[in-house]
Amino acid sequence: MATPTPTSLADDAPALAVPPAGRSRRRRSARRGHPATPYLYVAAALVLLIVFTYIPVGSMFWYSLTVWNGLSPTKEFVGAQNYIELATRPELFEVLKVSLYYIGASFVQMALALYFATVLSFNVRFRNLFKGVLFFPYLINGVAIGMIFLYCFAPGGTLDSVLALIGLRDVQQQWLGDPGVINFSLAGTSVWRYLGLNFVLFLGAIQSIPAYIYEAAELDGANRWDQFRHIILPGIKSIVGLSFILAISGSLSVFEIPYIMTGGANGSETFVIQTVTMAFKFHKFGLASAMAVVLLVIVLLVTWVQRKLFPDEKVNLS
Amino acid sequence: MTLSERLRAWTASALKYLSLVVACLITVLPLAVVAMGSLKTNEEFLTTGPFDAPGDWFNFHNYTTAFTQGGMLTAFANTAFILLVSLAGTIIIGSMTAYALDRFEFRFKQLVVLLFLLATLVPGVTTQVATFQVVNQLGLFNTRWSAIALFLGTDIVSIYIFLQFLRGIPRELDEAAAIEGANSFTIYWRVILPLMKPAIATVMIIKGIAIYNEFYIPFLYMPSPDLNVISTSLFRFTGPFGAQWEVISAGVILVIVPTLIVFLALQRFIYNGFTAGATK
Repeated sequence: MATPTPTSLADDAPALAVPPAGRSRRRRSARRGHPATPYLYVAAALVLLIVFTYIPVGSMFWYSLTVWNGLSPTKEFVGAQNYIELATRPELFEVLKVSLYYIGASFVQMALALYFATVLSFNVRFRNLFKGVLFFPYLINGVAIGMIFLYCFAPGGTLDSVLALIGLRDVQQQWLGDPGVINFSLAGTSVWRYLGLNFVLFLGAIQSIPAYIYEAAELDGANRWDQFRHIILPGIKSIVGLSFILAISGSLSVFEIPYIMTGGANGSETFVIQTVTMAFKFHKFGLASAMAVVLLVIVLLVTWVQRKLFPDEKVNLS
Repeated sequence: MTLSERLRAWTASALKYLSLVVACLITVLPLAVVAMGSLKTNEEFLTTGPFDAPGDWFNFHNYTTAFTQGGMLTAFANTAFILLVSLAGTIIIGSMTAYALDRFEFRFKQLVVLLFLLATLVPGVTTQVATFQVVNQLGLFNTRWSAIALFLGTDIVSIYIFLQFLRGIPRELDEAAAIEGANSFTIYWRVILPLMKPAIATVMIIKGIAIYNEFYIPFLYMPSPDLNVISTSLFRFTGPFGAQWEVISAGVILVIVPTLIVFLALQRFIYNGFTAGATK
C-alpha cells in the first residue's frame, strides 16, 4: 500500500493502515522493544564522526609531538620540540599577517552586505533580479572563480580594460605580480565571492521583522535612518555578530582562493597553505601537525569569545 | 512636499539605484568577459580586448576541446557519481541519526549529542594533515570512496536540519503507527521519512552545492587524472591549456552553467536553505 498519511494513521481503523502480511512481525517489536534499537540508528553517523573527526584530531596532537615524514612506519617522539620550533621561527607566523587582509576585507563585506540588505528590504524595482545577481557568486565553484579572477587581474585583462575605459589608466598595475598589491586583489576576490551569503542572511533577518513595527514607526515620524538604527540594527544584531566571527575564523583558515590563483606565490601564502606545503611537499608531518594544532586552538578561542559575546547564536564551522 | 524635499528624495532614490546597478555590474562583468572569451578563437582572444564581442557567437570549438581533450566528460561523470552516493547516504544517515536523537531515550544520548556539537567547532581544513593518514590506512586514497566517506563523515549540518524539522512532526503520529503494530523502522521509513521531504530538499540543496564545488578533498585524496571531478579537472586545465585562455574560459562556463540552471529553477528554496543552514 501507499505511504501512510497522517490521517490514515490517526484513524481508528488499524487494519486499513497496516497490511496484514507484515502484521505479526510488526507486533512483536511494536513498543520499540529492544534497547539496542536507538544505537543502531546512530551507529553509522557515530562511526563516521569518530573515524573522520575525532581520530584525526587525536592523532594530530600525537603527530605534533613527533618527527615524522608521513611514510615511514616509525615516528620519533620529540616532545614539545615542534612547538618550540614554531615559536622560535617567526617567519612561520608571518603568514598569519596575510589573514589581516582578509579580516579587513570581511569588514568591507559586512558593511556592503548590510547596506544592500537594508536597501532591498524596502520597495525597490527589480528587487528579485538584484537579489539574485548579488547572491549568485556564492554558489559558483571556487576553481571557476579563481580562473575568472586570474583573467580579471591579468595584464590587459578585465580590470585593466575597465580602468582604461573610465580614464584611470594610471591605476593599472601588476594585480597579482606585486607583493604589495596581491593580497588586496585576492581579498577583493573573496569579497566578490562571499558577499552574497552575508547579504541574503541579513536580508532574511530584516524581513523577519514584522511590518507593523515599521508602520508604527512611520506614524511616529521616524525616517529611514531612524528605522535603520532603532528597528533593523537591533533586529539583526545577533546574525551580524555571528557572521563576523565566522568571517574571522574563515580569514584565519583561508585556502582556496590564494591556492588556486597563485599557489601562495608573491607573498600571498596563508597559514593553511603553509601547513599543507609543510606536510605534503616537505614531508614534515610533525611540524605541520603542530601548526594545525595552533590554528585549531586559535579558531576555538575565537569561537569561545563569540559564545561569550552572543550567547544565543551558535557557530558552525564545518 | 517642498521642492527641495522632493529633490532630496529623488537624489536618494537615484543614488540607491546607481549603487545597485554598479554592484551588479561588478558582479556580472568578470563573468560576461569569460563567457565572451569562451566563444573566441585563439587568435581572436589574443588580438581583441576583453569587451570586444566574439566574431562568431556560435563558435563552440573551445567547448569541444574542453570536453574531449580537457576530460570534462569524465569529470562530470565522477562528480555525478560522488554527488548521488553522498547525497543518498547523507539523507539516510542524517535522518536516522536525527530520528534516534529526537524520538528515543537512551543511556549515552547526552554524550552522543555532545560529540556532534563539539565536532562542529573543528574546521575540517585544519585537520587534513591527520585525516589524510586515516583515509590512507583505510585504503581509500585515490578512490572515489575517499571523497564520499569524507562528505558523509563530516556532515553535521544535515543532522541539525533534520533534527529541527523532526521536532515539528507530532509524536502522536509515531504513537498511532506503533499502536497499529508498526516497528520503529517502519515508523521511520513510512511515516517520518516521507514527512521530512522539505528538510530533505534543504539538505540536498546545501550539501549538493557544497559537494559540486568542493576542491580541497578531491584535490588531496584523488590525484589520479581518471578520478578528476569538475573542480580538479578545471584546476588542472592551467597546465596543458596554460596559454589557451579561451579553452579555460569554456571550462569555467561549463562548470557554472549547471549551477546557474539549478539556481534559476530553485531560487526560493536555495535562499531558504542557506538561511536555515547557516544560522543554526
